Amino acid sequence: MKLKQLEGLLGSLQQFSNPKVELEQYPTGPHIASRLLYMAENTFGGISGKVVADFGCGCGTLGIASALLGAEHVIGIDVDSQSLEIASKNAADLELDIDFIWCDIKNLGWRDQSVNTVVMNPPFGTRKKGSDMEFLSIALKVASGAVYSLHKTTTRDHIKRTALRDCSAKSAEVLCELRFDVPQLYKFHKKKEVDIAVDLWRFVP
Amino acid sequence: MRLLTHNMLSCNIKGVSNGFPLRLEAEKWVEKEVELNADFLRGIFPKIEWKALAGAARAIGYDQLPDEADASMLDSDDFLRRFHHALLELHVEEGALVCPETGRRFPINKGIPNMLLHEDEV
Repeated sequence: MKLKQLEGLLGSLQQFSNPKVELEQYPTGPHIASRLLYMAENTFGGISGKVVADFGCGCGTLGIASALLGAEHVIGIDVDSQSLEIASKNAADLELDIDFIWCDIKNLGWRDQSVNTVVMNPPFGTRKKGSDMEFLSIALKVASGAVYSLHKTTTRDHIKRTALRDCSAKSAEVLCELRFDVPQLYKFHKKKEVDIAVDLWRFVP
Repeated sequence: MRLLTHNMLSCNIKGVSNGFPLRLEAEKWVEKEVELNADFLRGIFPKIEWKALAGAARAIGYDQLPDEADASMLDSDDFLRRFHHALLELHVEEGALVCPETGRRFPINKGIPNMLLHEDEV
């Protein structure tokens, strides 16, 4: 599938109808999601024929993109049941079979290294400090191949240090810098729309 | 929920040391055909807890898996078909997952297991 085609399909997905600020629910835009998955697949062969987990899947964008690129089995996990309902519907609309689990990532009971790849757009930890690192440390336990994740560029040094030192990642590299469009979703957003710099990371457990 | 997902999940209640495998109580399930990928099956076989898979398959009425399996069986097309069917083609829609140690039930609705923990379980 071509990048533009993937981006187009992801653009058709339904997004959060009532986003919850405490969960830092921001839709992963089609531009950024298609690039993350395209790189994971075309540069590293991490998606097609693999077991892929989408941590904090929200409306399912990254998991659905994985399924579209030929993942053998995709599991989306989220703590918010409304998001999972939308995600299920999004997957069904594209005739994709994706398993969803209603669970808080930090309480996930999973056998170690049970999936090949984790893809995620975690909460950046702006509302609840450290939640991004919580996601990462668990992702690095359950993945046997690699973790692809988005984090704010301003936290780059901190992420690298934490991944290598506290989560015992073998490697942590920034693949590229992207712009994350944040539409005016919440009352505390003063500006109509801003974009923030985020890094696309690849971590090897 | 496919049985592959079931094979990864364990109970994560604080203090539980033996939370795998979760016992499957299936009330409703569906079969959906998917293309068999032999390379995938051979690759994932070493990661599968066979007894858990065979037990879960039996819980939804599929008794065509042997009780024990080893890698030499992967040469058999017949074995691959059964393995494939149990792992990827059976979807539990309604039922529950039950912790083998505490008996705590995690309900499955519309195919989605609810693995949220209560405050006193974290």
